[in-house]
Amino acid sequence: MGFLTKKRWQRRHLVETFMKFIMRVSLFIVAGSLGLILWIVVVRGLPSLSWEMVSQIPKGGYYMGKGGGILNAIIGSLYLAAGGTLLAMIFSVPIAIYLKTYLGDSKWGQYVRLSLDVLWGIPSIVYGAFGFALMISLGMRASLLAGIIILAFIELPIMTRAMDEVIRRMPEDLEHAALALGSTKFEVALRIVTRQMLPGITTAILLGFGRGIGDAASVLFTAGYTDRIPTSLMRPTASLPLAVFFQLSSPYPEVRERGYAAALILTVIVLVVSFSSRWLSARLNKYTVK
Amino acid sequence: MDAHIQVKNLNVYYGKQQALKDVNIEIPKNQITVIMGPSGCGKTTLLKTFNRFLELTEGTQLTGEVLVDGKNIYDRDVDVTEVRKVVGLLAQRPAPLPMSIFDNVLYGMNIHRMKKDRREYKDAARHYLEIAGLWDEVQNRLHDPATSLSIGQQQRLCLARGLAVEPEIILGDEPTSALDPISSQNIESRLIELKQQYTTVIVTHTLRQAKRLGDYVIYMYLGEVIEAGPAKEVFNNPQHERTRAYLEGQI
Repeated sequence: MGFLTKKRWQRRHLVETFMKFIMRVSLFIVAGSLGLILWIVVVRGLPSLSWEMVSQIPKGGYYMGKGGGILNAIIGSLYLAAGGTLLAMIFSVPIAIYLKTYLGDSKWGQYVRLSLDVLWGIPSIVYGAFGFALMISLGMRASLLAGIIILAFIELPIMTRAMDEVIRRMPEDLEHAALALGSTKFEVALRIVTRQMLPGITTAILLGFGRGIGDAASVLFTAGYTDRIPTSLMRPTASLPLAVFFQLSSPYPEVRERGYAAALILTVIVLVVSFSSRWLSARLNKYTVK
Repeated sequence: MDAHIQVKNLNVYYGKQQALKDVNIEIPKNQITVIMGPSGCGKTTLLKTFNRFLELTEGTQLTGEVLVDGKNIYDRDVDVTEVRKVVGLLAQRPAPLPMSIFDNVLYGMNIHRMKKDRREYKDAARHYLEIAGLWDEVQNRLHDPATSLSIGQQQRLCLARGLAVEPEIILGDEPTSALDPISSQNIESRLIELKQQYTTVIVTHTLRQAKRLGDYVIYMYLGEVIEAGPAKEVFNNPQHERTRAYLEGQI
């Protein structure tokens, strides 16, 4: 016998074993780094995380280690990211649908995709500088509104391209079925494509939100920073990434510890939004055609 | 013959390749017309010219006329959505829309704003599900996803959905080829019941189905119509050598 037993030392089996090893190592490094990041944020942030921290704005001397919290940055970041995401959605949903429905894989469609990809690659500090220059020429001051607009610029290409990739995977059968009943192309897009692709569209919006809430460089110039909670769109606002940055660069150790707590809060917000939208899109998934 | 569809000098090209060559036929009203022929002969292409589905494929060119009730559907002033409302299609594989069974039946009526209030829509949904022979099976689960139905039930749902926009013509592109024998038989008997009210055109690649369903038969070969006529005449006494060869199973 013996002809069925694996020839372990044959070249192709060695290659297989080696490749599997490399893949496992890559996975371990990536998953390990993610775990390490979370671990550091939790271990260093948790001790100084308190109810005071998430429920109060900075009191006098906060940046030297005295009382107060970063409610201003939490609220500010939620306003900024929610506003930016909403504004980006208002533009990216129609663009994505237009790309799929009317431009398709035509030359113009490819140009639009290329320019979105280029926009995607521009560093956020450049967006910030662009926004700053624009604000100066308009005579505007750093404000919540300016921050929202710049975040929308940053989120738009990611959101649109992610939606575009999702919508392009739309099964042709479904479109044809709706067209055969006398639908216009727009009706197909509105009633069939958005329904079928809702889970993917949700993921795309989430990607945009994630990038928006985590971005520090663009809001530095445009939204500014303040210890107050903004009461109008024209007021400057604090944000969590900048709260992390300012506190971590403090000479006072207890303030630096609070920087980690702020990072923890930011991470938790992103996780909560991410999981809840996944849960939501799973529920919306009921009618989609597999 | 009372012709519902008339095809005049129809030529279709996919790029440089000619798919239909000078087709001239008439499709009788309120009968089942069967288009048959070996695969690649242009049956489906011909069918797709009747609801202007051919223009969904890029690079197709068409010359000639397709008249429905005497009006050329390729005229400039024709609204393609109206054409597809009048000429319904039952596809090869059922494609339920991503919504409930109930909403699937209502989809077409909704976009064409055919009914006044919710009551009327509900009654219409029931009416068409009954015609498609699906009502008894789904009346207690109207709000389940359409994809929860078996594939045979899905095809009957697609039939109900198509009839709900009140077409005059039903096209079927091998509508039973994805189904099991019992579901196929079910669809076939629906089509026979409906032929009093609708002009039906079915593409089929099975000769037995053509014989069971056809009142009028079109035989195609390599993009040309070889023979067309009442089923009895074509099946019992084919005029053309090629048709005879096909009927005897040589092609």
